[in-house]
Amino acid sequence: MSPLFYPEKDSWDWDPSSREISNIDQWKLDFNEVQEFVVSPDGQKVAAVVQNEDETFTPCINGETWENSFEKAWSLKFSPDGRLFCLGMNDDEWTIIEDDRPWEDSFEYVWNLKFSQNGKGAGANIRTSDGYGVLLNGEVWENKFVQMRSVELSPDGVSAAGNIQIEALSEGDVAKFRQGLWNIAVDGKPWDSNFLNVWDCSFSSDGGIVAAEVRLVSGRQTIAVDGKAWKNDYRAVWKPIFIPGSRDVVAPGLTTEGWKLLLNGEPLWNKSYNQIWRQTIGPDGRKLAAVVSPEFGQWTIAIDGISWAKTFGDVVLDPVFSSDGKRTAAGVKESGKWTVAVDGTPWPEKFGMVWDPVFSPDGKHVLAKAWRDDSYMLVVDGKITGPAYENLFDFVFSDDGTKLLIKCVENGLCFRKVIFSKDLT
Amino acid sequence: MGLPAIPIVSDLGLDETAKALNTEQIATVVNRILDQETAARFKVYLNTCVHCGLCSDACHWFLSNDRDPRFSPVGKVKQTLWEIIRKKGHVSPEFMKDCSRIAHTECNVCRRCSMYCPFGIDIAYLLLVVRRICHELGMVPQFLQDTVNSHSVTMNQMWVKQDEWIDTLQWQEEEAKGEIKTSRIPLDKEGADVFYSVIAPEPKILAQLIGNIAQIMAVAKVDWTMPSLDGWDNSNMAMYSGDFEIMGRVERAHYESALKLKSRRIVMGECGHAFRGAAYDGPKWLGWREPPIPLIHAVDFYHELLTTGRIKIAKKFETPVTVQEPCNIVRGRGLGQKLREIISMVCEDFRLPEPGLEHNYCCGAGGGTINCGPPWKTSRVKGNRVKAEQLAATKAHIIITPCHNCHSGIEDIISGYKLGMHVKFFSEILMEVMEVPDELKC
Ligand code: SF4
Ligand code: SF4
Repeated sequence: MSPLFYPEKDSWDWDPSSREISNIDQWKLDFNEVQEFVVSPDGQKVAAVVQNEDETFTPCINGETWENSFEKAWSLKFSPDGRLFCLGMNDDEWTIIEDDRPWEDSFEYVWNLKFSQNGKGAGANIRTSDGYGVLLNGEVWENKFVQMRSVELSPDGVSAAGNIQIEALSEGDVAKFRQGLWNIAVDGKPWDSNFLNVWDCSFSSDGGIVAAEVRLVSGRQTIAVDGKAWKNDYRAVWKPIFIPGSRDVVAPGLTTEGWKLLLNGEPLWNKSYNQIWRQTIGPDGRKLAAVVSPEFGQWTIAIDGISWAKTFGDVVLDPVFSSDGKRTAAGVKESGKWTVAVDGTPWPEKFGMVWDPVFSPDGKHVLAKAWRDDSYMLVVDGKITGPAYENLFDFVFSDDGTKLLIKCVENGLCFRKVIFSKDLT
Repeated sequence: MGLPAIPIVSDLGLDETAKALNTEQIATVVNRILDQETAARFKVYLNTCVHCGLCSDACHWFLSNDRDPRFSPVGKVKQTLWEIIRKKGHVSPEFMKDCSRIAHTECNVCRRCSMYCPFGIDIAYLLLVVRRICHELGMVPQFLQDTVNSHSVTMNQMWVKQDEWIDTLQWQEEEAKGEIKTSRIPLDKEGADVFYSVIAPEPKILAQLIGNIAQIMAVAKVDWTMPSLDGWDNSNMAMYSGDFEIMGRVERAHYESALKLKSRRIVMGECGHAFRGAAYDGPKWLGWREPPIPLIHAVDFYHELLTTGRIKIAKKFETPVTVQEPCNIVRGRGLGQKLREIISMVCEDFRLPEPGLEHNYCCGAGGGTINCGPPWKTSRVKGNRVKAEQLAATKAHIIITPCHNCHSGIEDIISGYKLGMHVKFFSEILMEVMEVPDELKC
């Protein structure tokens, strides 16, 4: 539950209140089948794919179904700006449906529906009779490829990239595979050079550059930026990220001394670890945190190369920064129990599952959604706050931090609650 | 009288690689691996072995090849590592071809021999070091390498494309709904109790197994999910070819997928080697002491469903059955007793194999051996005559095995030795005997 960017947030209803959005238990009586619930960013709508009497599927929003229905429908999602999307199929043709309007073109298959960071772009992978490609904001890439296995959208939502297979390969053809049949296409155009493998990629903050993890030959992996491999290579690498507003790329790489964090192919922290991943840039665009394993089976967060004193035996998830960048928190697991650690100190309360923590805008408080004993709860600074929920969706602070929007399910009813942040503690 | 010649098998992956290698390259790789990658136990094992040969009787290859010492565990180490070390890595490409034959195709890394060695030497580990050296030289049987190539591209072992995967799940959900109306395969559901993962032969050629699990989950009312994107395949042939970097990437994809969906545990379908990769080798390479999310093998899961009464048995299966106990979950994890209990719970006439439990013989297909493909099938089947004899002695008609490799390997043995038996996964038997409440029936 990382703090998402919601473009319309200012216009939401921030009056403190508790409002029932829909009796979702009633839906289970009204329809043959009710699938998983999703809630709009502003909490005003709850939706799920449902099955009609005629056995077709359609999204239901606050108890009302769309006019369009489908033989199959899935991947129901609200975009950050509040539009409701799903993937639907009729007569073996799939498309994206946005707020009950199917997009113009349909395809043999559509999957991996994604939104850009600013909420404006929506895209997905597609298969057509001509091959694989990307559908972005209603436009289909002109070039199609033998195969495609990912799509990343630029932060502004106007560009898309993903890994492509450039030539067909018969099963068992190890010699041809060794030639390197994988590449990245950005807006449908492949880079100049191919690689043995290409995995995850990332866009720069302005959307102009793409970096990807690539394998040159067996046992030699590196990062390629706009198609050009770093001059150094490693036994293994993980997904790169860009430092905002720059061409600089940060990625972990496995050297003979262990895993290191690398900046443009050179060691950044001058330290090696048993593992390092989940590197995250702070809100100032400079501070860098990552999950590190200083010793086998021990995990913690390092910020600019300085590790928390406390390590955790099982798992440490993505570091989350406060908005001033001074504090960090992460979901952690030790001895089979999950909790949140803030600046290296774990909350004493333990849970069956925790979601990524969220800092209050002033950085003073840390909130997290947690699950224990069959119910969901909101945990504030380590204390369970409010009731046990049947379901709890993401929560959002108002920009000034004085209010908190909670979207939850209690007794079969979906609620939207706005409370004063000061009442949380 | 000398030993019979080992039949020459041509394999592109070995023959072509040998042409391009020289002794210097081999020595460089050998010395790097031995200096930088082997753990302290490697030297201890090598120095402790007293060459007594007590491990020989453990190995199905040795027993099935008329006690030919070349197939004994210590014989395999002698012909490979000892020689490599004695020559400080200065061995020929032809020699490395033999190493790959021995380590990749004539050892299932089943670890039965460790139980017979008075010092508990992990001979399978030593042969995995040989595999690692072979991999670093590109000396890997063609079909095994192709499987690893598939893992590297798709994170699954059978080149299944992303759209094919999702399409198959949606198709199987429909099929399951035709039998049990509440069946679903919830895709990407966040916070589910169970993240269910499978191995690629299921969507590729055995899709009904996915439909079966959808029905079982519906009857047992399990809160579960499957991911739409990569990370759904829990298998790992890179672990067995010696490509640990790809092994790590594949295992990370599996766990990241479950961590992202906030699943509380991973239940994996019926496979043994996949359990080993996901429970031990993968996490260890990545730095996790234990899997980051509890990993439950299908045998454990079915045991839970049956003993808690979430699945009830309408009428027990009557045909005589026996079991092929997969090394990686029985010897490797101690699930043998639970496996026998669940079979007894659903089958009327369960005939125990001898030897059994952790002393069971390997199916002969595990350890990546079956993935070495058609060129090596004859020697693989010949190398497991003892398994055929063991199964035939039970006089059962059906062999239950909760493992994909065992399933295919035992099928080859049944046809190779004309046993006239059939192999089934446990879930296939469960589907036949499970009680389905009337309100769930179509
Ligand atoms: S096949 Fe099994 S028993 Fe034989 S050498 Fe390999 S690990 Fe040992
Ligand atoms: S039983 Fe142990 S000590 Fe004896 S030969 Fe085998 S590995 Fe060596």
